[in-house]
Amino acid sequence: MTDQTINSTAAPAKDRKEDLYTATPAQLIWRRFSKHALAVISLWFLVILALCALFADMVAPYAPFEVQRLRTLAPPTGIHLFHEGKFVGPFVYGLSRERDAETARVLYETDPETVLPIRFFHQGDDYNFFGLFQSNIHLFGVDDRRQQINLLGTDDLGRDVFSRLMHGGRVTLSAGLIGVVFAFVLGLTLGSISGYFGGWIDNSIQRLMELIRSVPTIPLWMGLAAALPIAWDPIVVYVLITLILALIGWTHLARVVRGQFLAIRNEDYVMAARLAGATEYRIITKHMLPSMTSYIIAALTLAVPEMILGETALSFLGLGLRPPVVSWGVLLQDAQNLRSISLAPWLLSPGAAVVLTVLAFNFLGDGLRDAADPYGQ
Amino acid sequence: MLAFIGNRALLAIPTLIFISFISFVIIQLPPGDYVTAYAAQLRHAGEYISPLQEEMMRDQFGLNDPMIVQYWRWISDIVLRGDFGYSLEWNAPVSTLIWDRLMLTLAISSASLVLTWAIAIPVGVYSASRQYSFLDHLFTVFGFLGKGIPDFLLALILMWLAFAYLNMDVGGLFSPEYQNAPWSLAKLGNLLSHLWIPLVVLATGGAAGLIRVMRANMLDELGKPYVETAYAQGLSEARVVWTYPVRVALNPFISTVGWALPALFSGDVITAVVLNLPTTGPLLLQALKMQDMYLAGSFILILSVFTVVGTLISDILLAWFDPRIRNA
Repeated sequence: MTDQTINSTAAPAKDRKEDLYTATPAQLIWRRFSKHALAVISLWFLVILALCALFADMVAPYAPFEVQRLRTLAPPTGIHLFHEGKFVGPFVYGLSRERDAETARVLYETDPETVLPIRFFHQGDDYNFFGLFQSNIHLFGVDDRRQQINLLGTDDLGRDVFSRLMHGGRVTLSAGLIGVVFAFVLGLTLGSISGYFGGWIDNSIQRLMELIRSVPTIPLWMGLAAALPIAWDPIVVYVLITLILALIGWTHLARVVRGQFLAIRNEDYVMAARLAGATEYRIITKHMLPSMTSYIIAALTLAVPEMILGETALSFLGLGLRPPVVSWGVLLQDAQNLRSISLAPWLLSPGAAVVLTVLAFNFLGDGLRDAADPYGQ
Repeated sequence: MLAFIGNRALLAIPTLIFISFISFVIIQLPPGDYVTAYAAQLRHAGEYISPLQEEMMRDQFGLNDPMIVQYWRWISDIVLRGDFGYSLEWNAPVSTLIWDRLMLTLAISSASLVLTWAIAIPVGVYSASRQYSFLDHLFTVFGFLGKGIPDFLLALILMWLAFAYLNMDVGGLFSPEYQNAPWSLAKLGNLLSHLWIPLVVLATGGAAGLIRVMRANMLDELGKPYVETAYAQGLSEARVVWTYPVRVALNPFISTVGWALPALFSGDVITAVVLNLPTTGPLLLQALKMQDMYLAGSFILILSVFTVVGTLISDILLAWFDPRIRNA
């Protein structure tokens, strides 16, 4: 599809016009979408982020729980290219650890003698990729038993923040996506039933939605999340947290779907399908839902950041996911008090990841919505 | 109009009943109860109470009765006597606990609300009437950032910046030496020097979203023929913009008045926890964690009642403000 877009802009104007007439809806949407620079950049960013999260074991140079006792709260290591005026390729300097004589506080100094070249596809710790295969290949790393490469520094137990960020992305992003899937199923089912049948069914579903919306979100989330016992298995808690997020999120989607159904319920083609004897299930799924796919996709994209923010906030407060599960919210717990932030500002980096992801999803959703609007320019 | 209000008010009643039940159920959901949590806390501190003592405590608090009995005891006290029950953890009536913190909460929240509107309305109007100008782009960026940055993160960053670079004492509302001092000018000054962070955090979070809404609405309105007519009659731009389209574009503000009410009361929970403010938010969090069910349940109940009442007020205001809604 991308190739075609490029060709069509290069071709003479006449062909382009003909292209426009024969283009499928998907092609038209893609064309409009690719004009939205910010949305395209966001899409790429999210794709890379998703790959990083999926292959976190490989992208991260170290295991998320690997504790380095002699490297606690080490600052981020900068990547250099030139050593003493000579080009040596990407490398990092080693760190030497000292203690302040008066306060006994640990101090780190870069050691300009130790040059540690960054090795790509480096053999490091063993890991098990989702139980599929064993490997020890990491995207990058350094060859040294004592020194490490910490792109985002280390936390108070000497764990590599960058590695934990990658692994946390896996949990946070998937929690957002799974939550949206739950919300999607609920919202789509109830929204389409409500919009299609109308009458008392519509009325009662509307009341239910109003009820759920009338309870303030954050306290409701907190109340439900606090109800999860601490002793439960982290996986169960994780699934339940996504369910809790979805429980509130579906009402928004259901409203969008219902509005659309009300709008197209009386269209001729729906009537035609009904006269042709199609069942109601078939009319809804085959004729009506496809007409609003684009709206639904855009609404879904815009719902993901809500879920991510919800998970982060809950985990941050200690009501959501708990260590040993690594998520961005859990990582931010380390940055909860002023002392640790002023000592180690890099602990806030999961927050930056959250902000970037949320922004990217927002831009992507906006771009999709504009692109999918058949009346747009 | 009266029929409209009556209709809305009647609908609110079943909602309230349902919500009160839900709040109670939520509080009861966790396995174990307050006594379990209390015993765990004692164990944590190295003390111990016997199962017999635990049973006695349960009996004393009436925790062994079926849930529906407990619910009835709770809700009938609230409705008939205005008694919200007794906080098991604080050993004090729930209402005193909440009222104690309510003044500060209301002060902070309403100040931040006013600040939000004071930012959002002029900026939104400006952005729309000077679309694609430099400042419009700047505000758009600000709006997106405000939407993307969670409140608590903004609070953390501001706190850190103020602490590390401005050498300010942040967190809480007073410096230690003023904590228990009687009110004086110095104490007021101290309060103000602490207050700006929560205000900025709460206002930016809210304003970012409202600017977008205001801008979009104004853009819709500015293209309409009546605006052109007003210009054609020779009115100045300021007069045209502020007298006609702004009034129409204010609708979403009115419909969020309803949401402002519970927000005023809860005073953004997460920000308050991060900034260590003595407002109602951290009290709720603590109550939820401790399964202090009367306190937490009353909290959620009051918040929900405020939301329902606020939505009702919004609906009425909207209908009063906008004949299109009233006659729909």
